[in-house]
Amino acid sequence: MPKLDPQGAALNALTRVAGLPVVQRLGLDKALERTVFHGARAGFRAGSVARKRFKPLIDLTKPARLPKASASAALFDVSLSDEQAMFKDAIDRLVDDQLAGAARAADEACATPDALLQQIHDLGITMMAVPEDAGGAASERSPVTHAIIAEALGRADLGMALAALAPLGVANAITRWGTAQQQATYLPLLAGETFMPAAAALAEPGPKFDPFNLACTAEPHRNGYSLDGNKTLVPLAQSAAFYLVAAQVPDLGPRLFIVERESHDIEPRAQPAMGLRAAGLGQLHFSNLVLPEHAMLGGPDGAYDHQEFVALSRIGMAAAAVGQCQAVLNYVTPYVKERKAFGEPVAYRQSVAFMVANIAIELQGLRLLTWRAASRAEQGLSFVREAALAALQAADKGMEIGTNGVQLLGGHGFVKEHPVEQWYRNLRGAAVATGPMV
Amino acid sequence: MINLETPKKFKAIVHSAQQAAENVFRPISRKYDLAEHAYPKELDVFAAAMDGMNAGDKANAAGAGKLSQAAKAGDGVRNGANMQSVLGLEALCWGDVGLALSLPRNGLGNAAIAAVANDEQLERFDGKWAAMAITEPGCGSDSAAIQATAKKDGDHYVLNGEKIYVTSGKRADLVVVWASLDRKVGRAAIKSFVVEWGTPGMELVRLDHKLGIRASDTAHIVLSDCRVPAENLLGSPEVDTKKGFGGVMQTFDNTRPVVAAMAVGVARAALERTRELLDEPGDYDRPRWQQNAAAAELLALEADWEAARLLTLQAAWMADNSQPNSKEASMAKAKAGRVANAVTLRCVELVGTAGYCEDELLEKWARDSKILDIFEGTQQIQQLVVARRVLELSSSELK
Repeated sequence: MPKLDPQGAALNALTRVAGLPVVQRLGLDKALERTVFHGARAGFRAGSVARKRFKPLIDLTKPARLPKASASAALFDVSLSDEQAMFKDAIDRLVDDQLAGAARAADEACATPDALLQQIHDLGITMMAVPEDAGGAASERSPVTHAIIAEALGRADLGMALAALAPLGVANAITRWGTAQQQATYLPLLAGETFMPAAAALAEPGPKFDPFNLACTAEPHRNGYSLDGNKTLVPLAQSAAFYLVAAQVPDLGPRLFIVERESHDIEPRAQPAMGLRAAGLGQLHFSNLVLPEHAMLGGPDGAYDHQEFVALSRIGMAAAAVGQCQAVLNYVTPYVKERKAFGEPVAYRQSVAFMVANIAIELQGLRLLTWRAASRAEQGLSFVREAALAALQAADKGMEIGTNGVQLLGGHGFVKEHPVEQWYRNLRGAAVATGPMV
Repeated sequence: MINLETPKKFKAIVHSAQQAAENVFRPISRKYDLAEHAYPKELDVFAAAMDGMNAGDKANAAGAGKLSQAAKAGDGVRNGANMQSVLGLEALCWGDVGLALSLPRNGLGNAAIAAVANDEQLERFDGKWAAMAITEPGCGSDSAAIQATAKKDGDHYVLNGEKIYVTSGKRADLVVVWASLDRKVGRAAIKSFVVEWGTPGMELVRLDHKLGIRASDTAHIVLSDCRVPAENLLGSPEVDTKKGFGGVMQTFDNTRPVVAAMAVGVARAALERTRELLDEPGDYDRPRWQQNAAAAELLALEADWEAARLLTLQAAWMADNSQPNSKEASMAKAKAGRVANAVTLRCVELVGTAGYCEDELLEKWARDSKILDIFEGTQQIQQLVVARRVLELSSSELK
């Protein structure tokens, strides 16, 4: 497959979307035209960003780290903070006004339009996550806020949420473990005004992938490291300016490497999957790619913690899955009350109503598991167990909710006039792909 | 701010409850499973000690008997009696569900009294052990259909009817009996009456033999022209068809999270013991499909268990903070009831022959857990409550 220019890819995608009958039938073509205009504009900026050779943009003498949350948590509490409620409100509105309506086209195009990613970015999500000294506005870690954001975006489309939040995950990792030079180079860009595509690359092809036993390796080399292996299901693969690639390093174990796409002529392969297509998934292949010494996140003496990276990424995926499950509940609820069979709404039958009740029950359980894991991380408590349990429930109950969402619509659930089949495909991915580190 | 950890202020009482579960309940757990209907006299001493602990802190006293919907106090978040009861019962039921149900002065009748009694009644029934009598031979989940009647006669009510499955029905001092003032009116006419043992006309028919929770006595009671003072009626004596069932049903919003907590407790016991016997402490890093089948299954069970526990705490938290929680209470009860049953049964299977024999308590927990998915509203009733609330359908639409 020929290498696609990012702008070309965007135009290509938009052309295909514009031709979709569903777009015209639902009256989305006007909205799409507006999106195209903004998309093209943002595409130039993203394109120019991707081509840039990166260098430090600010002076940082030491890494800017974020402390754990300072607020005391003496009481059990299920209330959002003002900031969290504000983010949720703003995203909810964006989802209802724009994102949900664009999800089908993004799924078909295997990409979320740049204009939409920019609009999400404009809410200040990454800026609020990056430390003040590194060009952002954060003063402490906020995994709960990030989980709430992922959940709110996940309601539009799980794949879209993964695309929009991939740079946030990267920013969180660089904030937590990056050297001063790495932070000075990448964080101001990630926190800047323009959406900066970047993504973590952890998962590898092949059955039963284990994030603690990586096939991808980075061997010491006289000029730095030699990277060898494959990464799969990488969000924003085609457009990312750089990736955080997880690789096994002799004597050190798994480490993350900053791999700039243009500088190294990385040629991602588009990798459409069952779902999560709006994430723009792709595969990366490295064959003895020589990386500079400073590409290793935090350097060989840094405090990088792979266990925490994996756990925080699991929380990000579980949170986005909660949002997707909420979309299912919100969609089937009015549907079963309107759809009639045997002279009355199907919702009047317990066999149907109980499925809806169970969606609500399992969804809330999954939400609380995810919040607990995030809140423990925020407070500086151990959270690996809680993150694993949230990920397991997202895999089991998330998929149960996804499949019942289709079932409740019957044949109508199986056809693309309704979004539930897309959510079904997406939710299977929650057990397989990597979420954004919160 | 979101914080789903056990609040610091309750850590001491949870610790005490866990100690009691381990050192009071566990040593006699098998004994009273085998000696069904024998009175667990060891609990008298323990209950007295518990009363002593609670006396200093009325507002936060543990046990189902002290629950009520908290009055809104100030703006701050509250962790109160509901949260504490849930945490305490979870720990006690890790020890033994049947014994936890047999704690003197902590019956479900006490919860009903706490929820709807007036000040005079609260004082009069203080320190008494109250059981709850709702179910009848011909009606279980459909409590609006109860046949027991109450007829006003001067300053008394005359009760007639038959009640079954009355937990601690023989051991309690009082029985809170549900009866109808007018069977033609339906649910609005159903009221609860406090009947003291010794009142002529209330007789014990027998105690049931059961699958589990054998330490708890389950009574069958008959009321024949049983005269009860009018001031023993709980709540309003008016038959208000608009308010309907509210008075008697609101007890459930407080007690369902407690029963859910009991389920969470017994399930934790089974999970912990199984991890111990299988020597599987839990690997939370590697994907489950890289682990052996038993380890993978334990991870899935634990995730389900933790979700049930958090739903339970959330429902109690809402009650403490004066938020309407009918839906969440039923969600917690539905999830915890089915998870506890599934977890305890699966643990017997995972441990195998040793899990099935009476040498281990696993088989007992798998028998005890079944009732937790039945009483205080069956799995199906909880789903019905949740479905009606989520779908905003009435009981005539979603039957």
